[in-house]
Amino acid sequence: MMNKILRKEKLNESVARIMVDAPQIARSAKAGQFVVVIPTENAERIPLTIADFDPDRGTVSIIFQIVGATTKVLDSLKEGESIAHLLGPLGVPTRIENFGTVVVIGGGVGIAEIYPAVRVLKQAGNKVITIIGARCEDLLIYREELRAQSTELRITTDDGSCGRKGFVSDELKDLIASGMKIDRLIAVGPVPMMKVCCDVTKSHGIKTVVSLNPLMLDATGMCGICRVTVGGKIKFGCVDGPEFDGHEVDFEELSSRLKMYKDVEKRAFDHVCRLLGG
Amino acid sequence: MAEKKPRKKMAERLVAERIRDFEEVPLGYTVDQAIEEAKRCLMCKDPKCVAACPVEVDIPGFLAYVAKGDFEAAVKKIKATNSLPAICGRVCPQEEQCELKCILGIKGQPVGVGNLERFVADYEIRNPKSAVPAGRQGTKGVRVAIVGSGPAGLTCAGDLAKLGYGVTIFESLHVTGGVLTYGIPEFRLPKKIVNLEVDYVKSLGVEINTDVLAGNTFTIDELLKDYQAIFIGSGAGLPKFMDVPGENLPGIYSANEYLFRVNMMKAWKFPEHLTPVKIGKRVAVVGGGNVAMDSARVSLRLGAKEVYILYRRTEEEMPARKEEIKRAVEEGIIFKILTLPIEYHVNREGWVSEVECIQMELGEPDSSGRRRPVPIPNSAFRLPADAVIVAIGNSPNPLIQQRTPAIKTEKWGGIIVTPEQLTSIPGVWAGGDIVRGAATVISAMGDGKKAAKAIHAYLLKGGESGGS
Repeated sequence: MMNKILRKEKLNESVARIMVDAPQIARSAKAGQFVVVIPTENAERIPLTIADFDPDRGTVSIIFQIVGATTKVLDSLKEGESIAHLLGPLGVPTRIENFGTVVVIGGGVGIAEIYPAVRVLKQAGNKVITIIGARCEDLLIYREELRAQSTELRITTDDGSCGRKGFVSDELKDLIASGMKIDRLIAVGPVPMMKVCCDVTKSHGIKTVVSLNPLMLDATGMCGICRVTVGGKIKFGCVDGPEFDGHEVDFEELSSRLKMYKDVEKRAFDHVCRLLGG
Repeated sequence: MAEKKPRKKMAERLVAERIRDFEEVPLGYTVDQAIEEAKRCLMCKDPKCVAACPVEVDIPGFLAYVAKGDFEAAVKKIKATNSLPAICGRVCPQEEQCELKCILGIKGQPVGVGNLERFVADYEIRNPKSAVPAGRQGTKGVRVAIVGSGPAGLTCAGDLAKLGYGVTIFESLHVTGGVLTYGIPEFRLPKKIVNLEVDYVKSLGVEINTDVLAGNTFTIDELLKDYQAIFIGSGAGLPKFMDVPGENLPGIYSANEYLFRVNMMKAWKFPEHLTPVKIGKRVAVVGGGNVAMDSARVSLRLGAKEVYILYRRTEEEMPARKEEIKRAVEEGIIFKILTLPIEYHVNREGWVSEVECIQMELGEPDSSGRRRPVPIPNSAFRLPADAVIVAIGNSPNPLIQQRTPAIKTEKWGGIIVTPEQLTSIPGVWAGGDIVRGAATVISAMGDGKKAAKAIHAYLLKGGESGGS
């Protein structure tokens, strides 16, 4: 059955991974792309990064954080049930070539989102140094998967419960200070993390790509809510992105646009919690 | 004399009642009104109205049946060339097409062709036993793929299915209908009507696959391996903005976003439907087309206290249909003409709070023949608003072009086609907003119809290139 959830697992308290039967999407997906998920008929259309895909088995994996009404509904679906609507793959794929040394940084759920890019960059002959960070060890997902695919994996936690105590940007600064020649940096994670990484690389002239997560509706180049200012011009996250030159992105505007519906989203969340009884 | 009788007016719901809900505003003709109105037709030998109809409906033909009270025959007559009459009867700009050319209109009022088309289509909906028999899907064993289930795609699909081809529509959204569903509000085009018209096209044997983005899920080249011909009707795309300071502030929507939230995602039923829309107390809508009117009237129905239309020319030049302007005015929308936004200001919470505008005056005619609006120096003023809807049009959807480098496009993004709607790729036709930029439902349907004819001719020749 289309969009059937074949496997579901909790990666930690608030992050889940589902593997969905979606042969058409799996066949054409590339690293860096996303899907639109509508878990049940009345839910929102939400964009989620494709965390893994297997064209042979026809499966697509998605990792999501349970933060709002629609992700709560998505989390309520069990193995064997189907997602009402799934559209993809969307967005421009990550540019993959042999750049030399590529540092790939993932924070929070972004850790899972960098996985396909890390894998393909390594296959393309790059030296891939992966830095992942989270608040504490429990939130560090995809550690072993990334370790297996990276040339080197570095870990930071805010509380020091795993790896270095501090932020991914601290690790990045040290890498740069050590004199390593970095040819490209990819950062995926919370907006403040991506911004700090860009601030660090800018003065060193390191090409930095960020994967943005603006609000989306149709996600097919129509509604314009995903607009971001890049190099002083309006760009659309769903068709021009999601990846952009980090040094050109107006992160402050992105942050303010991401907060637009925070207050009403609470009402939707409460409504869903009542419906689901939890 | 028959032609001296005035045109029958269609009843409308009272303003005080209709602005509180999303129910349809005009109520349609009664049987007696319909018959009387149809009798006004002069039955011209060389009907100018038919020539002015993008889908060539035999107007005197169907009116003759209406005048006799044979509504079933009237439906069949219309559906011979138009698969979507309940929609066209409601949203076609008849005043610029069939009714504009009506001989009665020279000295008096033209026949109410649109109202009658609507009446006949609604009669069929109320009396479904008179439904047109199903088509013969796939009898020719030749398959055609249609991209998009909007008016262009549905028309092309319907016409090809009637000819016996196997037709599959690929729709990127989760609901069918394209702009008929996401764009035009319920009170102007009930979604029940759209669904019934889509069902009719399906009853002809057309298969519709939602949640498939042609270009991404399948490329056009991949589709060409499985289908002998393709029609692209992927519709409107990225909204235009004015490039003025503050335009990306929270609280500023494109009309596409705003209407998509409300019409497609049913944000007016939030939180039962989980997509929210934040409607302000004072809403400013920028633009003067039908989409601007729709956005303004939706805002009113969502509970806005004051709704403004900001338009840089005068009411005279507004591209919106006269009857939509009239209804907006009746409902209390405040028109601020000769007004151009130049900057948006923000409140402490980071939300839009004021539109700074400049007053305009009309100068010399420009290339469009309309008098060019010119700013009046030192006329800037600020209009408080906690929601702004920018309704100044959109460019064609960019996706197919992005993923199909071989397809030739205009600088502004539209797919280039021949007069027969053929693109630069043999076997691939296109029509509607993806070719025209932003146009009307009926012109998209006209394109779909022309393409269907061309595809039929091409397939009859065994799919040999009628190429450009």
